[in-house]
Amino acid sequence: MKQRLTTVANALAVFVALLIVWQLVLWIFRVPRYMLPSPWAVATAFVRRFPSLLMSTAITAQESLGGLLASIIVGVLIALIFAQSRWVRKMLYPYTILLQTVPIIAITPLIINWVGPGSAAVTLIALIISLAPVVANTTQGLISVDENFVHLFLMHNASPAQRLFKLRLPHAVPSLFVGIRIASGLAVIGAITGELFAGSSQVGVGGLGYSIFYASSQMQTDYLFALVLAATVLGFGFFFIVMFLEWYFLHKWHESARVPETE
Amino acid sequence: MSPDSNVPQIEFESVTKSYGTGRLVLQSIDLKILKGEFVSVIGPSGCGKSTVLKLISGLTPPSAGTIRVDGMTPENARETISFIFQDATLLPWRTVIENVGLGLELERVATKRRNEKVASLLQLVGLGDVATAYPRELSGGMKMRASIARALATSPRLLLMDEPFAALDEMTRDRLNEEVLRLRAEQQWTAVFVTHSVAEAVFLSTRIIVLAPHPGRVHAVLPIDLPFPRTAELRELPEFEELVGHASHVLREALTQ
Repeated sequence: MKQRLTTVANALAVFVALLIVWQLVLWIFRVPRYMLPSPWAVATAFVRRFPSLLMSTAITAQESLGGLLASIIVGVLIALIFAQSRWVRKMLYPYTILLQTVPIIAITPLIINWVGPGSAAVTLIALIISLAPVVANTTQGLISVDENFVHLFLMHNASPAQRLFKLRLPHAVPSLFVGIRIASGLAVIGAITGELFAGSSQVGVGGLGYSIFYASSQMQTDYLFALVLAATVLGFGFFFIVMFLEWYFLHKWHESARVPETE
Repeated sequence: MSPDSNVPQIEFESVTKSYGTGRLVLQSIDLKILKGEFVSVIGPSGCGKSTVLKLISGLTPPSAGTIRVDGMTPENARETISFIFQDATLLPWRTVIENVGLGLELERVATKRRNEKVASLLQLVGLGDVATAYPRELSGGMKMRASIARALATSPRLLLMDEPFAALDEMTRDRLNEEVLRLRAEQQWTAVFVTHSVAEAVFLSTRIIVLAPHPGRVHAVLPIDLPFPRTAELRELPEFEELVGHASHVLREALTQ
């Protein structure tokens, strides 16, 4: 407990130091406000425009979450197909790498072309960008079951369905969570990137990416900073929720999910 | 209890096993194990000890020759067989009680009967107090007890054990050896037991089969005529020491042959 307090205090100290350096840079180099606003100006923008900031964050959160959930469902289904045989994996695996390497900016115009701008397009982009880690990790979890476990199930004449639901799927859950943890960060990044281009089907209302683009074109640098701050908080939020779920489902039996004991 | 001298539980007729192209693991093995026997298989590494168990259980087919278990093919006999692996092979996401009930669950035994059976087995192997614990909370010896309970839950007629106690310390191993004999006296299954430990093989068995390596073949068969029930004191008797010495000697022969 005491250790945790020290950690928080350290983080706070670094934060305060950063603010001081920031303010000093402004004073010493006389940086114009549209280049770098003061911490105070950012805080003011944050409070004054809080409703629209919250609205943008909610939109982005919804798109990211939709993309992430879709990528978990689609990713697990693909992994189940991949787990069927080495032959299937060899044939299809290159395409998941393709998913990972295709520059999302480059396909955004295509996606807008197909589904129109707005939340649907952004959700789709978040899905595409977060799919590969779910597929790769879940597949690994499904196929890395120890041979003795398989033999054990065979000795009891277990059906293929029993082997899948009572052995392979539960065994893959820790790896699935590794995939989700990576995917959660990517989904938020994907949604914000997507919004830069496909952010809104309605002028003036959009997620964080859209608002960042808008604020930057209006030279509202203080609000821009507040938006970037909100985007960071959103990414953190996703990460912590996934960490919590991982702990909740795995801490009873899986070593990696245990909170290190501090005695 | 003495082996029923007429009824064969396992029969190997000139069984040969090779993996892939040419790697010969076992060469023309003839073997007859009778109902009620406790047979240990010992031999230097690379002699195909574990392969013998896999063949009996039908987890791998012979390359040549025939195998009969209870007069059936190994696959058809599976319902009467339980396998105990070297590591306890407990599913880490299941509690002890859920692990012990796994075999019955897979064979779709009704929940009520399953729970009764599992509860009585947990008492039998002394795990009643940790029924709801997860495997990672158990010691090596307790994990192995859970594994034994799971194997016995399906009321097997034949128990195959692949170096089940190899990873345990000597005291735990001795205790579990004594318990295995106690359980066998109660439940009357036939056992085939693979081990590295000559003393363990002598203590448990009615017969020891010594395999020679490269390729695996039967080098010698040693009857162990020590009376049952066998208790911890047996290990201190000169007859026991003598049999262990003799078996070790035969094992060395098998290696240098």
